[in-house]
Amino acid sequence: SKKCKGKKEKKKEKRAEEAEEKGPESESAETSSSTRPALPPTFSLSEIKNKQRRQLMFMKLKQEKRKQKLELRKKRRKEREALGDKAPPKEVPKTIENQRVYDETTVDPEDEEVAYDEGTDEFSAYFNKLINPKVLITTSDRPRGRTVRFCEQLATVIPNAHVYYRRGLALKRVIPQCISRDFTYLMVINEDRKVPNGMILCHLPDGPTAHFKVSSVRLRKEMKRRGKDPTEHYPEVILNNFTTRLGHSIGRLFAALFPHDPQFQGRQVATFHNQRDFIFFRFHRYIFRNEKKVGIQELGPRFTLKLRSLQKGTFDSKFGEYEWVHKRHEMDSNRRKFHL
Amino acid sequence: MADKSQTCSVWLGSETGILKGVSLSKKRAFNFCDMSSVSRDQEICALTWGDRQESEVLVGCVNGSVKTFSTEKGVFTETRVCGDISQGRFTGIAVTDRSLITCVESGLLKVWTEGSADTVEINVGGEVCRMRQNPSQRHRVATGGKENPLKVWDLERPDKPIFTAKNVANDWLDLRVPVWVRDVAFIPDSDRIVTCTGYHQVRVYDPSTPQRRPVLEAEFGEYPLTTLALPAGHDRVVVGNTHGQIAILDLRKGLVRGCMKGLAGSVRGLQCHPSSPLLASCGLDRFLRIHSLEDRSTVRLAPPILFSALLNVFFFSFLLKLVGSDAAGEVEEVKEEERDEVWDSMETVSEKGEKRTVEEEAEESRETAEKKEEKKKRKKAKK
Repeated sequence: SKKCKGKKEKKKEKRAEEAEEKGPESESAETSSSTRPALPPTFSLSEIKNKQRRQLMFMKLKQEKRKQKLELRKKRRKEREALGDKAPPKEVPKTIENQRVYDETTVDPEDEEVAYDEGTDEFSAYFNKLINPKVLITTSDRPRGRTVRFCEQLATVIPNAHVYYRRGLALKRVIPQCISRDFTYLMVINEDRKVPNGMILCHLPDGPTAHFKVSSVRLRKEMKRRGKDPTEHYPEVILNNFTTRLGHSIGRLFAALFPHDPQFQGRQVATFHNQRDFIFFRFHRYIFRNEKKVGIQELGPRFTLKLRSLQKGTFDSKFGEYEWVHKRHEMDSNRRKFHL
Repeated sequence: MADKSQTCSVWLGSETGILKGVSLSKKRAFNFCDMSSVSRDQEICALTWGDRQESEVLVGCVNGSVKTFSTEKGVFTETRVCGDISQGRFTGIAVTDRSLITCVESGLLKVWTEGSADTVEINVGGEVCRMRQNPSQRHRVATGGKENPLKVWDLERPDKPIFTAKNVANDWLDLRVPVWVRDVAFIPDSDRIVTCTGYHQVRVYDPSTPQRRPVLEAEFGEYPLTTLALPAGHDRVVVGNTHGQIAILDLRKGLVRGCMKGLAGSVRGLQCHPSSPLLASCGLDRFLRIHSLEDRSTVRLAPPILFSALLNVFFFSFLLKLVGSDAAGEVEEVKEEERDEVWDSMETVSEKGEKRTVEEEAEESRETAEKKEEKKKRKKAKK
């Protein structure tokens, strides 16, 4: 029986099995195989009950496959070199971003209606440099150390930001007070189990309210190879990959957090990079060493955001009207469909 | 322009003031806008048919003007000023034989008669959310709003409402139940009225009974219900809420029959086709979607059409070509007949939570009856 065999015999058995699968032609090459009992072609490695032997056989199988793959690759490379210029172009591997389902709401840069819509919406005042942003940062009730430090660091990153303790106040009462003191944004960091996990970004004079899920928060002291603390200069803002109409709205929401005239002397840049519906926030300082090389240092906190809902009007989760709500079962069913 | 507007079967109003027409057969949308005015205060908040033949669309804007758009010519023909911004937005526009009825948020309901400068004014209370006209008795109008219970007014006797709804009894904590009527609809062929509230309740009132409290009450979801539509057949109502959930409720027992998928933003407009089981919805997520009421799927022959501005209002005028492809049996004969006819259909105007007016045409039922008779005759003739 198979179980009584030793290592070498197992290897021979394996060869025999392969030989049998290849066909009667190869049998003549390996005479020893003819004396072995014929293995049923439906034999699979998982049927070997002995763990050591099974693992060995599997390892051998993998090595064989790897060898074959390398040979194939070498062959292809030789063919490609042989053909030279006439070689077919290299195939691009499929990634989820490549295979993304075309979103109908992708904004055409020449769309007049969208341009008009954006020219007259709530954020147009910033982009026309009429108003400077003033941000109020607060947390949910009774924040823990990590959240408090996160808020402080955010306040250094965002110019003209003020941190206040929440002290159990209702947001609906905070909002009219903010409006009367000329704040333009209200940012509430929600905390769960001593870790920040949510953010509500409310544009103040009756603007849209976005609710995000916050994850992967890294405070300044946890950053490797970071630079010195950020200065008071206004940073530049980079918004990557906000292509759809919803993405445009959110992008403008982020852009209006920062004043519209960046101070290039400060060499600081805040990046909001959208990939697969996750928005990655990074804060760097850059320096051009020569025309082609840039050095960057990461300062400041880093976190990722995921949009949960966008509501028209200021924060009113019960009676407000939602412009976009993330519905997990409908929207997350396709791995290649993204909304931002 | 004219030929484009003639093929449009669905009309939508957007927040930027542009009237959009959608041709479902061609699956394309066209913008019709007044040259001078593309601004936020021209935001369309009410739409209704100007006449029974559906050749004119009346568009109500935030700044208080009512524009007339001719579907045959494809241009805006007239503008009337029927109020101003201080009074609030239009919560409903309706048309009777020779007069225009408008209602604004502050509660002022005016009847503008053509030809004369007199207007009949009624104050329906404060903070009105919706005003609708009874499609069969066109001089009757229902209004409702926040802390403003449902009232049915007869325009020939404008002093007092014919019917005022009474608030439901105190709840189990003995607290007064707040009132917020967001949309109203008259159930055809009966006196009953369906309302949906901002506290996620759907109520049916029957003015013919002495009971002023609702005859039926049902709840759906946890979010305010913004709009309502009545499909053909008298036992169902479709409601939409601010979270993008659309549900079909049964009016016999008040149970939820099913929900429609797809919408991601607040539902601003819902409208059912009068004869075929189709439902169209539009909302703040900038899409127009057509759903099938039978199997609750999104009908494939009209994929969601994207608009680049928020949709406030919309209504239908379905051309039968759309429906003809669904009809089975006796294909050729039926198709020829149907191509000749234009079906009137309801309009729904849904805005940023403001008015909607729905008009159902009784002609269709007559036409279907006639068609059926003709078919039977032909069948007999063959035999």
